[in-house]
Amino acid sequence: MAKRIDVADLNIYYGETLAVQDVSMSIEPRSVTALIGPSGCGKSTFLRSLNRMHELIPKARVAGKVMVDGQDLYAPDVDPVAVRSQIGMVFQRPNPFPTMSIYDNVAAGIKLNAKRMRTSELDEIVERSLRQANLWDEVKDRLDKPGTGLSGGQQQRLCIARAIAVRPDVLLMDEPCSALDPISTQKIEDLITELKADYTIVIVTHNMQQAARVSDTTAFFNLRGIGQPGQLVEIGDTATIFSAPANKATEDYISGRFG
Amino acid sequence: MNSPRTSVQPSDLSAVLSERLFTQGSLPRYAPGVTLAAAIVVGGVLHLSGVASGLAAVAVVVLYAVAIYGWSLAVEGARKAKNRVVTTVVTAAFLLALLPLISVVITVVGNGVGRLDVEFFTYSMHGVVGEGGGVYHAIMGTLLITALATVISVPVGMLCAIYLVEYAKGKLGRAITFFVDVMTGIPSIVAGLFAYALFALIFGPGVRMGVMGAVALSVLMIPIVVRSTEEMLRLVPAELREAAYALAVPKWRTIVKVVLPTAGAGIATGVTLAIARVVGETAPLLVTVGITTGVNMNPFDDRMATLPVFAYRQFMSPGLPPEPAIDRAWTAALLLVAVVMLLNLVARLISRLFAPKARA
Amino acid sequence: MRTGDQIFAGLSTGSGVLILAILAGVAAFLVVEAWPAVVAPADEVPGGAGVTVYIWPLLFGTLLSAALALLIAAPLAVAIALFITHYAPRRLAHGLGYVVDLLAAVPSIVYGLWGIAVLAPATVDAGAWLYENLGWIPLFAGPPSSTGRTMLVAALVLAVMVLPIITAVVREAFLQTPRLYEEAALALGATHWEMIKMTVLPFGRSAIIGASMLGLGRALGETMAVAMVLSVSGGVSINLISRSNPSTIAATIALDFPESTGIAVNTLIAAGLVLFAVTFVVNMLARVVINRRRDFSGADR
Repeated sequence: MAKRIDVADLNIYYGETLAVQDVSMSIEPRSVTALIGPSGCGKSTFLRSLNRMHELIPKARVAGKVMVDGQDLYAPDVDPVAVRSQIGMVFQRPNPFPTMSIYDNVAAGIKLNAKRMRTSELDEIVERSLRQANLWDEVKDRLDKPGTGLSGGQQQRLCIARAIAVRPDVLLMDEPCSALDPISTQKIEDLITELKADYTIVIVTHNMQQAARVSDTTAFFNLRGIGQPGQLVEIGDTATIFSAPANKATEDYISGRFG
Repeated sequence: MNSPRTSVQPSDLSAVLSERLFTQGSLPRYAPGVTLAAAIVVGGVLHLSGVASGLAAVAVVVLYAVAIYGWSLAVEGARKAKNRVVTTVVTAAFLLALLPLISVVITVVGNGVGRLDVEFFTYSMHGVVGEGGGVYHAIMGTLLITALATVISVPVGMLCAIYLVEYAKGKLGRAITFFVDVMTGIPSIVAGLFAYALFALIFGPGVRMGVMGAVALSVLMIPIVVRSTEEMLRLVPAELREAAYALAVPKWRTIVKVVLPTAGAGIATGVTLAIARVVGETAPLLVTVGITTGVNMNPFDDRMATLPVFAYRQFMSPGLPPEPAIDRAWTAALLLVAVVMLLNLVARLISRLFAPKARA
Repeated sequence: MRTGDQIFAGLSTGSGVLILAILAGVAAFLVVEAWPAVVAPADEVPGGAGVTVYIWPLLFGTLLSAALALLIAAPLAVAIALFITHYAPRRLAHGLGYVVDLLAAVPSIVYGLWGIAVLAPATVDAGAWLYENLGWIPLFAGPPSSTGRTMLVAALVLAVMVLPIITAVVREAFLQTPRLYEEAALALGATHWEMIKMTVLPFGRSAIIGASMLGLGRALGETMAVAMVLSVSGGVSINLISRSNPSTIAATIALDFPESTGIAVNTLIAAGLVLFAVTFVVNMLARVVINRRRDFSGADR
């Protein structure tokens, strides 16, 4: 399932404005890659270009290559809808569909692709996804209740269950814990560590301890200057980045001197 | 179920999941254009061979929808095909809604422009039989009655909005808000009957007066003024009020000197739209003001002419020969449409030019 | 200074209460003026069979035309609102909304003229076709009208008139669909339409219901367009394409009131009272539905 991502010379635009410049990096399968950097450095924009969510903003576009196991995401005949069904995403704020039950939230993605599926089969997938998201025991008695009735942390795990129910190759997470309390955050972090056995995970985080705790590889993004596009400063083994970064800016950011 | 993280893959699941490729068949970029062009050609041929234009247009839309569905279904699959059909339907619905608007404008301008002459604006219908005559009396009547309705509605509506925003607490406020909304739905003919019933009780049955029309229009206008003013007042930042209170300015002076001027442009926009809404009302004036042929400038005495009622009467009981009266009706309608559109435009301009945060 | 405050507070509170008084006044004065018709001997009421027999066919015509108009307008309005909010380019959305709003600005008398002059003649062929091919359905029992001034055309004109009202409310609700949920759907690999089905439509559902009822209320009370377009013969009939149709309450008042005297006026006011009651209830329900949605989305944020 897990796939490898190779990004080459990626430039991301909003209209005429270049937001992220010349990013090249490789993301290993079955690993967690953390994207860190100060606000506005383009790490979320970069993340959203990995499942073609970026182009939903009017006039937004991307130039360069994103290869997922050898397939170019931005090749002309690629269908963005197919891309998004294979590269899952978890958002900053938990966003279970408010009009759907917990069960229907998890089943939502599957129902899109398979209209006529046996109930028993669907039940099985929902249960497995909820178990994988470490949520099953908390919700198994109220699957028919709305997902919005859960706590923030539970909602976010529901969203993770929803994302992995369709068995994506890659899981993108855009600051998944920034709206959560410390206990919920820890549960999600544990979950990330478990999920990496099956998925390629890319996570944007503002929290450097979190990056250090959960990730294998860390990529540091920074603005070249005020009004300049963001760029990838360095990427490397998380332990190395946090102990002996090659770049001065990385060191300053990690030691809390800015950002 | 096994342990949480086992990734068992039931054999039938793989059938459920699409094959792991990003390139699922997709129609070329030019597909909608080509299909539409083909559908239009077929529609054109149909039209040339005697099919009515409306039917041919429907045929174009249906042909396009069916063709793009079939093509997409074959290449892209059912989900994409459905997506394309919905796009077609939604777009067609919008274009369909434009049709009556365009048709109304063309019809009214086409039929009404003939009598758009000086006589039309300067003469009344006093002693006119057949050709000639004008709407001077009706213009005056509409102006007077609308002005009177505005004079009644604006203070009441604004004060009510001020109450709702600045004073209201609890049940009374909520009740008023709710019933103002309900009041916007009162049929205009009922407002007319109300004014008639009110004045008939005082002056006896059969009474007709300009002011009755103004009262009827006020019933329709007040809720609109309240809603738009209320909306604008709520946009005034609380800091402005607090700044004034901190200077020991009494509440009422704060409202009059600070809050209202800040919301002024928005309120003016709302009032203009409210006027536009009632200036074309026919039914309530028909039962309260009636119609007359001469100029009557006294809204407290007897019947008056108004543009909408004039248009209605000229069209429905044209007399002999009917053509001149029907022409006058169309021109009066054209005048009404022009006035209403102009008022809408003015409202837009006010809100754009004078709005505090004037960013288009 | 204190007195200034008191006077101002009193004035604004008074105005607020005045609104409630006006609404109560509308009901009260209509009841007072309708009463003589209710207690009058049946044979003095127009039609000679009492108020109820007089009003019932009118009420039927009112409900039929309004329901039909809603049936046509509501789906269209939802589609148009979708087009404006989720299909048209962002920059155009505002202007397109304004164009649809203009439909609401056209005075009803103008729609009446347009209905007679353009729409009615344009439907004559369609009416004949319906009669020949679908005549076995009671709705198209015919004989088809040769002028096109049928119940179907009246309903079409009404539909055009209520379309912008429904569209405006639904559009507002669709615009408020949180981007958060739309993105969630898209990120799962939903197509544009599937995203709308999963998020926008459920989110706007009560607004659609409330707006439709607002439109229904407007269609029930619409006067001039129906008075001018519909060719009436009294009685109760669901035949949509013939020249003999039941009239509506509002249209009858507009047509008969100017020439009526005595008990006939009271009878018409009684009909108006019925119309007021019906639209009042419909509007109240509409507002309750719309407000409930507002509370729901407010708590959700």
